[in-house]
Amino acid sequence: MRVTVDSEQCVGAGQCVLNAPEVFDQDDDGVVVLLRAEPDERDHEAVRTAGDLCPSASVVLQED
Amino acid sequence: MTTSPGPTVVDFPRRTPREPLPLSQYAEHRKQNGLVQTHLPNGRPIWLVTRHEDVRAVLTHPRISANPDNEGFPNVGETMGVPKQEQIPGWFVGLDSPEHDRFRKVLIPEFTVRRVRELRPAIERTVDERIDAMLAGGNTADLVNDFALPVPSLVISALLGVPSADRDFFESRTRTLVAIRTSTDEERAEATRQLLRYINRLIVIKKKWRGEDLISRLLSTGKLSDEELSGVLLLLLIAGHETTANNIGLGVVTLLSHREWIGDDRLVEELLRLHSVADMVALRVAVDDVEIAGQTIRKGEGIVPLLASANHDTEAFGCPHAFNPERTERRHVAFGYGVHQCLGQNLVRVEMEIAYRKLFERIPELRLAVPEDQLAYKYDGILFGLHELPVRW
Ligand code: HEM
Ligand code: SF4
Repeated sequence: MRVTVDSEQCVGAGQCVLNAPEVFDQDDDGVVVLLRAEPDERDHEAVRTAGDLCPSASVVLQED
Repeated sequence: MTTSPGPTVVDFPRRTPREPLPLSQYAEHRKQNGLVQTHLPNGRPIWLVTRHEDVRAVLTHPRISANPDNEGFPNVGETMGVPKQEQIPGWFVGLDSPEHDRFRKVLIPEFTVRRVRELRPAIERTVDERIDAMLAGGNTADLVNDFALPVPSLVISALLGVPSADRDFFESRTRTLVAIRTSTDEERAEATRQLLRYINRLIVIKKKWRGEDLISRLLSTGKLSDEELSGVLLLLLIAGHETTANNIGLGVVTLLSHREWIGDDRLVEELLRLHSVADMVALRVAVDDVEIAGQTIRKGEGIVPLLASANHDTEAFGCPHAFNPERTERRHVAFGYGVHQCLGQNLVRVEMEIAYRKLFERIPELRLAVPEDQLAYKYDGILFGLHELPVRW
């Protein structure tokens, strides 16, 4: 699985950080920061949830 | 797609003391077209959006606006006796992108998951103090007025940097604003004016003496005019008060009959979905002809996405009426969706978690002081909630 984020579009709701803290963080401005572009297997489900919950479609997933 | 069927026209949702959140009507509409037409009490035709998928589509559509200045905006509150909010500078929930985004970007750092964690000790102290006061007052209390309403107001005060000496004043004014049953329109307008005056004075003070608080930090960014800053602060205050209070009160009632879940960190999310207090808050208007659920919505037609209906849509949630913190579908829209999705949501989560944990930890004998079917629900205001919640221990 590959993850990309769109920091321009991000509205800082933090759904991604809450659901997959291993993969996403927020910088000092509250904007999404990608920690791992290729998350571990055990984080895949959490990343899918984050992608689905992100209100601004800023989390984009590509499944293998 | 073939010719779209004409719209189904239904009555405006009827909220009654027995069904303060009209979920059975919403369920009917979801079975019909999902998207149904109705009329505001003032006769204006508007669309009700009842399915989860369509609510999300409306709230992310680029040609659907949140700006009440647009012709056709469905001013639901006005028809319930709430006077129309004049557009004040900084009231960014009523602005569209890109104007909206300038305000949101300045505020995001104040509401990140991390920042809200730093507020934990202050929230815990506030909650403990309110419980101390209830315990000192005997073995009964009105959990709405003695706990659920003051807690979010005091937390916002702390966040904004309102000096402790002024917090009672602040709390009493915000309380007048939400007391739709016991205060007049004029009293509420006066309370708003007093709060705005107070906020403006606070801005002057913070300019001289910067502190570790939201107002000081926003001033330091230099990105908002004083007028905009005061509008932003009023929005935070109003958006975060009764919404949170209603959730806390309703949540306690649910937890009293589901005590086995107390302490489980999943219960907050489920309570947000189940009660959906902000059902009719995310109002919109089409600024072009748009297509939603195979139906054309014309430019200038008002749209009311029903968040409670979306959160009880069986297509999105199995057994939606059940309180089930273990459910794996977590796509509720209690905080809305799209660029306006609640800015305060991380604060709310922490506040609710602390409020329930401390209440049941410190008052394990907590129970209702009246039969559950005699609780007084708000069915006449914009938000769903309880007028009061008599408890004993
Ligand atoms: C349980 C409590 C709460 C609920 C259910 C709730 C619900 C909502 C909803 C549904 C919206 C979207 C409105 C729209 O799309 O037009 C919203 C927006 C907003 N909320 Fe909340 N809210 C809550 C608490 C708070 C708190 C505590 C704060 C701040 C201290 C807050 C601040 C805001 C702000 C500033 C917006 C506008 C965001 C924007 O336009 O970008 N809310 N809220
Ligand atoms: S969930 Fe989406 S909008 Fe929210 S912080 Fe993450 S990327 Fe940004």
